[in-house]
Amino acid sequence: MMKKNDKVTNIFLSGVGGQGTILASNILTEVFLNAGYDVKKSEVHGMAQRGGDVTTHFRFGKKVYSPLIKYGDVDFLLSFELLESLRYINWVKADGKILINKQEVFPPAVNLGLAKYPQGVEEVFKKYFKENVNVINGQEIAGKLGNVQAANVVLIGAFSKFFPEIKEAAWINAIKGLMKEKLHELNIKAFNEGRKAL
Amino acid sequence: MKKEIKVLQGNSAIARGAWEAGVKFASAYPGTPSSEILQEIADNYPDIYAEWSPNEKVAVEVASGASIAGARVMASMKHVGLNVASDPFMTLAYTGIKGGMVIVVADDPNVHSSQNEQDSRNWARFAKVPMLEPGDAQECKDFTKIAFDISEEFDTPVLLRGETRVSHSDSPVVLEDRKESKIPIGLDPKNATKYVMVPAYVRVRRKFIEERMRKLEAYADGFKFNKMEINDPSIGIIASGVSYLYAKEVFPEYSFLKLGMIWPLPKKMIAEFYKKVKRVIIVEELDPFFETEIKAMGYKVFHGKDLIPNMYELSPEIIEQALKGKKYKAPKIKIKPEDLPRRPPNLCAGCSHRALFYALKKLGTFVFGDIGCYTLTAAPPLQALHTCICMGAGIGGAHGAMKVFGKEGLGKMCAVLGDSTFLHSGVAPLMDVVYNKGNSTTIILDNRITGMTGHQEHAGTGFTVRQESTNMVDYEVLVKALGVKSIKKVDPYKLEETTKIIKEELAKDEPSVIITVNSPCIMLKRANRKFKNPFFVINEDNCRGCKMCLEIGCPAISWREGAGATKDGHKRKGTVFIDKGVCVGCDICTQICKYEAIVPGKR
Ligand code: SF4
Ligand code: SF4
Repeated sequence: MMKKNDKVTNIFLSGVGGQGTILASNILTEVFLNAGYDVKKSEVHGMAQRGGDVTTHFRFGKKVYSPLIKYGDVDFLLSFELLESLRYINWVKADGKILINKQEVFPPAVNLGLAKYPQGVEEVFKKYFKENVNVINGQEIAGKLGNVQAANVVLIGAFSKFFPEIKEAAWINAIKGLMKEKLHELNIKAFNEGRKAL
Repeated sequence: MKKEIKVLQGNSAIARGAWEAGVKFASAYPGTPSSEILQEIADNYPDIYAEWSPNEKVAVEVASGASIAGARVMASMKHVGLNVASDPFMTLAYTGIKGGMVIVVADDPNVHSSQNEQDSRNWARFAKVPMLEPGDAQECKDFTKIAFDISEEFDTPVLLRGETRVSHSDSPVVLEDRKESKIPIGLDPKNATKYVMVPAYVRVRRKFIEERMRKLEAYADGFKFNKMEINDPSIGIIASGVSYLYAKEVFPEYSFLKLGMIWPLPKKMIAEFYKKVKRVIIVEELDPFFETEIKAMGYKVFHGKDLIPNMYELSPEIIEQALKGKKYKAPKIKIKPEDLPRRPPNLCAGCSHRALFYALKKLGTFVFGDIGCYTLTAAPPLQALHTCICMGAGIGGAHGAMKVFGKEGLGKMCAVLGDSTFLHSGVAPLMDVVYNKGNSTTIILDNRITGMTGHQEHAGTGFTVRQESTNMVDYEVLVKALGVKSIKKVDPYKLEETTKIIKEELAKDEPSVIITVNSPCIMLKRANRKFKNPFFVINEDNCRGCKMCLEIGCPAISWREGAGATKDGHKRKGTVFIDKGVCVGCDICTQICKYEAIVPGKR
């Protein structure tokens, strides 16, 4: 039977296809598995290869049953795009922590001029979650390192600060294990810049 | 030795289970959420022969042959794939197997990416074969292995039910070694009564099936993955797979009967559970499968489908809400998600399908469609595809409709399908068009790969699942052999020419086929697609804001509001903008703009 101290931590990742959310969630998986936790991860992505919304439910704890997080039970929201963070705002617990990448990717209806891209996303989050809201510009930071593609790892770097109990090396090892060697240097830099950004 | 633990996706764990079980032969046709199983086998387990079959029926047929030869075999597919394979499958239930045979069928509750939502448990009851259902990756591996043992022990194909949340979830798995099966390789020509299903022999096997079912029922009662957990005796939940995990998450203090084998049901165990708990709740996704069966056994079900929905997928909060009723505390709504713009998947920037469907739309053609990326063209702004029923149905549909309209239908309709879909089940209906003196037009969109499910090879790509080069089907020769005389090739990136050819073919009073060329999937690395200009930009002096170019729905083009005027004084409400990071330079939009406002950009 589950006891009170067997708490499971719920992390919800959201973004747009092609942004690298899957890789980000794979890093989380490696890190928390190696830290001795039970982990469960579940992904949903749209039908085509690209462009649809992508979400990942990631859970760790002593024993994890459901691969899905309960609606309203998210402890940490890690979002790679502004609109895709707003879409899941109701999922976050009252005291949940939030990290958002300041990037706008227009969905088709907005491109066609049929819908408006939501404004003031940051403010909406701050209204409900106050100082628990963190926004960083992953593309800009990664761009300075020479490759905007590394924005997802910048975000992971910042996100790692929420888990002081996990050593920095554990994150770096996971990144190394999941990427080709020629990408190690760039992504370790991206990770470190991300850590500084928060 | 330290146990090696690895986080695996459910599908990868099934592949691992197959390898550990000594499987020698695996076949499949890709379909979400089952596609990764075969690819994983091909990539990581060289001990297993692996192939993409043209469709699921063929996948099961070739697997049956390998089984009769003594190998352990696995065929995998999505739920609608088993419908295609149902013909050999239903009879294989009679013949049984030699080498263990497991058919993985992955359901898609909530229809994330399918044309219907069906509960494959019904196939197990229908075919009278056992079915197992894992709930996480460890169980995916364990159940796959035990499914092979059951198959050989009871001389039956075994169904392994996957579903989106199991197939596409990752969790830790303990890895073990491979063990070869004890069944000898070799054919047994004296066994015609078992493998030749003519009526006299069928009747013998018919009886065998009933006996097998009774033995399997007894087995289910002792099956180690059917587990009873008695906690709070006042209430007990019967569930399987991921539904069990959701229920356990919400009600950890309740008692549980967790079914690993979901057909046949363990009757004695159910009786025992009813003795041990006061009230029984059945939590199952989709159909009231357990509920119907358990009620038919004469038991009272305290709650089941009266509260738990019988459509879409379950989740912990749906179960909590259903069973707690008013006591359930919904989270506070801060934003209504329905007020936000949706983000449906879209054809990629530069995709050749976009141009072809734009041409069809301009011609006002009714399109009998099919299953693939191009099905997305049914959505705005293109709205150029009008039916999608199952693979191959578009060709038959267009033929049928043309027969209704006669010559009046000429020029008004056509069938469209992809290369992989054509090989899956387009050949037979096209043969029918010719044979029955039809006059419909079929357009084969050859993007050189199975696009939608994530780039699987097929008989038309020239490569096997393991990337060895092989023969490449020549669609033109094949179509000619079926008797089609009018065969045209079009380059969809040349809009005017494409439109002209389609118009001519649609008007012909004979069967006709159009095959696209120069149209590989834009994401296919091997094709190394390069256009003349790296990207295009908007010349704001010329853009009148007429929005014509928005009609193709290219993700690189967006609308920017703002009153203004062109250089030569035409008033406008806004202009469009091309994101050069997204644009690949396919040149389709420039052929639509009448005002020369879209011009090549420079790196
Ligand atoms: S050229 Fe036009 S249609 Fe083609 S990708 Fe670029 S913006 Fe889209
Ligand atoms: S680019 Fe051409 S087609 Fe598009 S809005 Fe401007 S003028 Fe119209």
